[in-house]
Amino acid sequence: MAQTTLSPIPRTRPSITLSDVIKYVICILVSLIVIVPIITTLLGGFKSSGELLTNPFALPRSFAGNNFIEILSGTRFWQLARNSLVVMVVTAVITVTVSAMAAFVFARLEFRGRDLIFNVYSLGLLFPFAVAILPLYVQLRGAGLLDTHAGIFLPQVAFGIPGNVLILRSFFRSIPSELEDAAYIDGCSIVGFFWRIMLPLSRSALATIAVLVMVASWNNFLLPLLVLNSQELWTLPLGTSQFQGQYSSDWGKILAFVSLSMLPAIIFYLLAQRQLIAGLTAGSVKG
Amino acid sequence: MQITSGESRARPMSAVRRRRAIGKAATIVLFLLPSAVLFGYFVILPVIRAAYFSFYKWNGMGPLTNFIGLTNYADILSSDHFRAALSNNLFIMASSLLIQLPLSLGLALLVARRLKGRTFFRLVFFLPYVLSEVVTGLIWNLIYHPEIGLLNRLIQFVVPSFESRVWLGIDTVMPAMFAVITWKYFGFHLMLFVAGLQDIPAEIEEAALIDGATPWQATRFVTVPMLASTIRISVFLSVLGSLQFFDLIWVMTLGGPLNRSETMATYLIKFGFQRFTLGYGSAVAVLLCLMCLVFSLIYQRFAMRRDTEGAITKAA
Repeated sequence: MAQTTLSPIPRTRPSITLSDVIKYVICILVSLIVIVPIITTLLGGFKSSGELLTNPFALPRSFAGNNFIEILSGTRFWQLARNSLVVMVVTAVITVTVSAMAAFVFARLEFRGRDLIFNVYSLGLLFPFAVAILPLYVQLRGAGLLDTHAGIFLPQVAFGIPGNVLILRSFFRSIPSELEDAAYIDGCSIVGFFWRIMLPLSRSALATIAVLVMVASWNNFLLPLLVLNSQELWTLPLGTSQFQGQYSSDWGKILAFVSLSMLPAIIFYLLAQRQLIAGLTAGSVKG
Repeated sequence: MQITSGESRARPMSAVRRRRAIGKAATIVLFLLPSAVLFGYFVILPVIRAAYFSFYKWNGMGPLTNFIGLTNYADILSSDHFRAALSNNLFIMASSLLIQLPLSLGLALLVARRLKGRTFFRLVFFLPYVLSEVVTGLIWNLIYHPEIGLLNRLIQFVVPSFESRVWLGIDTVMPAMFAVITWKYFGFHLMLFVAGLQDIPAEIEEAALIDGATPWQATRFVTVPMLASTIRISVFLSVLGSLQFFDLIWVMTLGGPLNRSETMATYLIKFGFQRFTLGYGSAVAVLLCLMCLVFSLIYQRFAMRRDTEGAITKAA
């Protein structure tokens, strides 16, 4: 490494110090702890249960992937993935729409009682999902929503509203009010301002909450577990967990199934890592 | 809301303004309605009903007639099973705060700046957080498996005399569970800290170094204190996540063996849905909610003040 002469304190530093070595050792070790279980699962999917018993460590004897082929050529996996996808997309679309509308009112339209209503929304952040689940179940039963996808995505939307309204509200507030005045002088209606100016300017915030909602929906387990009875409506996490019970001795097949069900999340993560990390962390801190 | 034509002719601006006022009122109502209906019906109403159900003995069918006052609460508080569940929640909370958070913070300090390859390491560390709880649980059921599990084999590789253990057995189930929790969630806290560190100008730490502080001192007494608000949020999310912990346990052990990994949430689901004691389950839910609420209020009042706005309680 060439030493920069612009540095305020010219220090002689060897290119790799002992502390660097220690840092790398720690980071590599932690990375291995993260990655090895995932790799083991993927490789295990290529093994038969006999092979898993005799050499769980080694590479599979063949990469023919019979377990994978069997799962992918059947209809079950695709059905589960399609259900998860439908629930995820519908949840995201409704959540973004209704949250943006509410956040716009809280950010830009003054009226009496606004703060009170907003505080009620914020209170929703403090209710854990588990608290509402029993009465929610009773209500879904009463409304005929048990064993339907609407019984999943409507509560998902509802529980997402407080956090997402909060995030969007502070984003909307950061947009200069001069823009609003100019729009109204030019004859723009309130709705027109929201639709033609606010939303296009907020694309990044909208994308952030969409990502948050999509990940939460794709991974949701408790609600589908309680609401969905018919196998043909099950989502991927539910189907995956039940697959274990069904093939409790055939670990090779279970691992292939687990591998396939984590693949979409990993691919999504690698493609959109920047937005995903920013969304998942910033969403929970800054608002 | 009457508009008299005479007035509008006399002051044309006023009619425009009034039309705008009506438009504004209509917009407020129409824009708030969808979220208010969904939020009211699926969040607020169930929470209120949980409180209501909790005063009844009810199996979930038929009308609520058997009012029993606070009996459900008394039963819960005197139940050993519930106390065991609560202590498991507290175990998860304590170990998260004492082990997981310091670990995440330490690693965040390593990968926040300078280190070559930091982007790669961050990418890897965050990966488990993206996986679903179901996938995570099944992966670790394999790792802990007594016969084909990697963990026993790995230890036997180093210590050949080691006898295979049932890691999710009575003695070790909670520490084993905590290892999985750390594996899954440390990356989330790490990224919170990395984001916090990026808001702190590097010059401040460099100034401390110029003034003769050792790198450790600069980190400990300059950087970490400046991260205080991020640390407080991380603690907040950890505590709430620990109180509500459910999915991983349900996938891996269903609260077993012998209820040794029961948490309040698995307890609630068991009593509500498997034993059909909805009144009793609702009382558990109310207690859980009160714990979260009391903690949030006290913590926000005394520890966080302004820096919590926007905290999402769902993350563990």
